[in-house]
Amino acid sequence: MAVLEGTLQTTATMATPLLLAALGENVSQRAGVVNVGLEGMMLIGAFTATLATLATGTALAGVGMAALAGVLIALLFALFAVKLTANQVVVGVVINLLALGLTGTVYRARFGQTGTSLVTAKLPVIGANLTVLTPAALVAAFGLWWWLYRTRPGLELRACGEYPAAADAAGVSVGRVRTLAILFCGMMAGIAGAFLSVGEVNTFIENMTDGRGFIALAIVTSGRWNPLGCLIASLVFGFAQALQFQGQALGLQLPYQFFVALPYAVTLCVLMMGGRWSQAPAALGRPYRKA
Amino acid sequence: MSDLPGPDTPDRVALVFWTLARVLAACAGFILLLTVTFLLLGIAPAEGLRSLWAGAFGDAQSGRWYAVSETLVKATPLLLTALGVTVAWRAGLFSIGGEGQLLLGAITATATVRLMGALPGPMLTLLALVMGAAAGAFWGWIAGWLRVRRNVQEVISTIMLNYIALYLLGWLVDKGPLQESARRVAQSDPLPSTVLFARLIPPAWSDGIATRLHSGVLLAFLAVPVITLLLFHTRTGFGLRLIGQNAEAARTARYPVRALRLQAMALSGALCGLAGCVELLGVTGRLFANFSPGWGFTAIPVALLGGLHPVGVLLSALFFGALTAGSGNLARFSGVSSVLIYILQAVAVLAVVGLRAYQALRARSEGD
Repeated sequence: MAVLEGTLQTTATMATPLLLAALGENVSQRAGVVNVGLEGMMLIGAFTATLATLATGTALAGVGMAALAGVLIALLFALFAVKLTANQVVVGVVINLLALGLTGTVYRARFGQTGTSLVTAKLPVIGANLTVLTPAALVAAFGLWWWLYRTRPGLELRACGEYPAAADAAGVSVGRVRTLAILFCGMMAGIAGAFLSVGEVNTFIENMTDGRGFIALAIVTSGRWNPLGCLIASLVFGFAQALQFQGQALGLQLPYQFFVALPYAVTLCVLMMGGRWSQAPAALGRPYRKA
Repeated sequence: MSDLPGPDTPDRVALVFWTLARVLAACAGFILLLTVTFLLLGIAPAEGLRSLWAGAFGDAQSGRWYAVSETLVKATPLLLTALGVTVAWRAGLFSIGGEGQLLLGAITATATVRLMGALPGPMLTLLALVMGAAAGAFWGWIAGWLRVRRNVQEVISTIMLNYIALYLLGWLVDKGPLQESARRVAQSDPLPSTVLFARLIPPAWSDGIATRLHSGVLLAFLAVPVITLLLFHTRTGFGLRLIGQNAEAARTARYPVRALRLQAMALSGALCGLAGCVELLGVTGRLFANFSPGWGFTAIPVALLGGLHPVGVLLSALFFGALTAGSGNLARFSGVSSVLIYILQAVAVLAVVGLRAYQALRARSEGD
């Protein structure tokens, strides 16, 4: 029973940052913007949270500053990808590089090569070894589902991702909606990053996101661009990661890499089967230029 | 990014002039950017630049051979993967799957050497290269197939393919069939020296310092004219560039858009797979879990800064190879991490992309 409990707890801990980031990406992709820079935005969030927590002494302030840092870096993304209609993949890749370079350089300049002494405050645990961000992510998933599918602004946002010309003709400012969607995505990525550095542990390590931004991108695809789908997919990917730590205790014979790779393989197979499952927003990744 | 004139542009003199001017402006911009970064980090700019230069091209004390060979060795995987990016992106396929294709290439080459160990050395090397490139091509082809048959964007499918290759590698060298016979470390046995690429500089030339310049570097350089010919002097190459610029027009003109997309992804994957083989047979000599420090991703800025043209990519790869080698030296001297390069790459790409997008917007608003 203790093993099962441990597995569930680890799953929730692993799934939380993935879900937070995936929800942001879900909104941005629904608006037609694919943000490959999610990983970099998370990394900047993680580092900002550490710096701000160190300065203020409270982890909650760290989370707030991380969200703000995410918004700022997303503003850079929006400037290039929306205002200048540059290729979204290029801008995303650049954000990842920039984040890796900036956090690494500043980290080493401030904390030296090892950084063993870098310990900050942590988010308080509210029960079951989880912080407030886990239930918050859960609420956000349901809230965003309702917002995207049951409100007019949600409909307008989806229209910008499906058929921006029609949305434009109907009086929706595609550029504005897409910019706001990216800013939201940056905010969520910043919070997700903060969860890693001041929620899960109490320190920052170089490149500590370790590909979680890309996992979140995969989650949006396997969750069919639906916040509730993202919730389920995050739990599956989080569970697969939990097996990495709990697999031996559970008596699994297969290597952990098998379980970690499985969600990707399943997503890929689902995409191969095609049909409704593989339908991304029609205008995903296409810059919109007013005719 | 594909509006860069190819070699078939009529006014060659003007083209060469403007290209040179752009390269010079870019170099000046880089030195300025480095100076500012050094000042922010509290390093004397002259010292920092000298240290970078010494790491990339050597100095009078430590000799030139080692530093220059390291620059070339570091440029090689960047060059091959960036050529792969060039082929795909020219065709309008924004693949970020270079990393997975590179890893799969290295895995397949290792497996080939393990399984076909009875073959004579040079033949086995050749077979490993062919199989590795084929594996990379297959990995790229999957993303291409998903694009043309299922309308799944390659930026999404290649993320999955990267991770599957990464975890496959992780398992193979950690308790899997490719792990070393001692079964202690997550790495493969060293490959037999008969299949490895020859070292090109005898230690006698380089004051007894062993250099790592291997014959695979030549293979990477050879890929530059080959890809140039293919992109700019064949019908397939024309088709690839056409679908990248205007897929609708290509379809109307009865170009086989689907087949071309598949070919572009497969060729791109083959180049990245080859990069993995060359690194394996030329530098590491064995497979291990962290085999690639992210070449497949760094290849994208390298290709973009090379203007998505093979010759530009060559210059760009050499430049970033030199920066990588140089920053290693800088790290020893100042404690500044080599991740500094990422900032430089990011700012450079943003500057290029921003400038070009701004010009395009201006041109459009004037046309209205």
